[in-house]
Amino acid sequence: MQTTELRNIVFTILKSIAPEIEPAELDAAAPLRDQIDLDSMDYLNFIVGMHEKLKVEIPESDYQKLVSLDDIVSYLREKLPA
Amino acid sequence: MIEFKLPSLGADMDQGKLVEWTVKPGDHVTKGSVVAVVDTSKSAIDVEIWHDGTVWELLTQPGETVPVGAVMALLLEAGETQEQALAWKRDHAAVPVAAYATAAVLPPAATVTSAPSTPAHDSPAAPAPPTLVSPAAPAARTRVSPAARKRAAELGVDLAALAGSGPEGAITIEDVEKTGKAGSAAATTPLNRMTEIRKTIGAAMTRSKREIPHYYLATDIPLARATEWLAARNTQCSVTERVLMAAVLLKAVAHALKRHAALNGFYRDGRFEPANAVHIGVAISLRQGGLIAPALHDCDSKSLDELMRGLADLVRRARAFTLRSSELSDPTITVTNLGDGGADLVHGVIYPPQVAIIGFGGVRERSWVEEGAVRAMPVVTASLAADHRVTDGHLGALFLADLSRSLQAPDKL
Repeated sequence: MQTTELRNIVFTILKSIAPEIEPAELDAAAPLRDQIDLDSMDYLNFIVGMHEKLKVEIPESDYQKLVSLDDIVSYLREKLPA
Repeated sequence: MIEFKLPSLGADMDQGKLVEWTVKPGDHVTKGSVVAVVDTSKSAIDVEIWHDGTVWELLTQPGETVPVGAVMALLLEAGETQEQALAWKRDHAAVPVAAYATAAVLPPAATVTSAPSTPAHDSPAAPAPPTLVSPAAPAARTRVSPAARKRAAELGVDLAALAGSGPEGAITIEDVEKTGKAGSAAATTPLNRMTEIRKTIGAAMTRSKREIPHYYLATDIPLARATEWLAARNTQCSVTERVLMAAVLLKAVAHALKRHAALNGFYRDGRFEPANAVHIGVAISLRQGGLIAPALHDCDSKSLDELMRGLADLVRRARAFTLRSSELSDPTITVTNLGDGGADLVHGVIYPPQVAIIGFGGVRERSWVEEGAVRAMPVVTASLAADHRVTDGHLGALFLADLSRSLQAPDKL
């Protein structure tokens, strides 16, 4: 899957949790939780959303790798079949 | 005859607007069934009934605003016949139904003058010769998609007045939005909803600070054991079965409350009434601002997994403004959890008529001394604000100590 496509999917899931966000206003390289008000339940729903949409297992121990939008997209690219 | 009255949905609510009936005359309902959707200043609420029976007559029309305690519908009890029901109604027909509906909350002198101001009470209000189960009322229930219903509640659109453009005349979200845009300025727009929520929070908190002599305590609780236990548990299950620390903290509160019943209940009419169950009001912040603290029922008897599922469901529904009436009227104590992005310590304000609120700050790694050695430790600051008319700081301190102990043995929760 292409980076742009993955990024759009991730963004759609985020938007369903935090409807107020705009793609243009997000800095893809900066920590996500500094930019969006996500509590632990929102964050879990975000992970569940990616799990259900992309069929990837994201263990809790990997959460620390998922800091920025860029991190998340490259993490998913590695996990998904090319 | 069972009179279905608009229940109180919390100390700060005195009226509600009927959005729609989810039952029609002839439907059988059981205890806990949702019978109506009522819009309050906070949320559209699924209102439950607390009796088994058969719906006989719907007295309130969608779009009408009625006070708490007003009789909204009549239901037949098991075995009650039409004749008995009609006789019952004749006995009560001396009072016009509209006045009867408001009599429950207004002094008798006020009923006469207030009756005309009650909005359009046509058919059910007239003390006309009673007919059989009035099919004039919403006999054929309009088909409305849940999304359209939710949107209608947000926009304050009266579904009964809408002609649907969907299959079999179903009302779609587009129909609602078209009407909502063209509708009056008084409609409950999301912005109005926020203003209303701010007002209700203001009223409840003002009452709390005026009436309740709060005392405050706090303690730091080490969470190494709970964190490790939870991480080990979560690695073994799929993402959809993971449990958050927030649920563990709620379970620990319920556990510790077993020994401190004086913190769980209500202060009413100058005395404390302990509650029979632990229904924790979970403070949920709304993305648009404001917060709501609906009850997570029976936290003491639910397993941790059940509690987590209940919490996820409650948060989702609170943010979608689709709570149930019992969830708003039932909380026996409140827990507010600031989460990891928040501050370290919260000094809670009690939600009347409750008598305590427990707060958790963010879980932080701090230096911690244990058995003479300093180590890094995940720590949460738990706080208690409680009503001094009911308990003293000594009991509060014992409660916090029990809470801390519960969290050192998470597998036993």
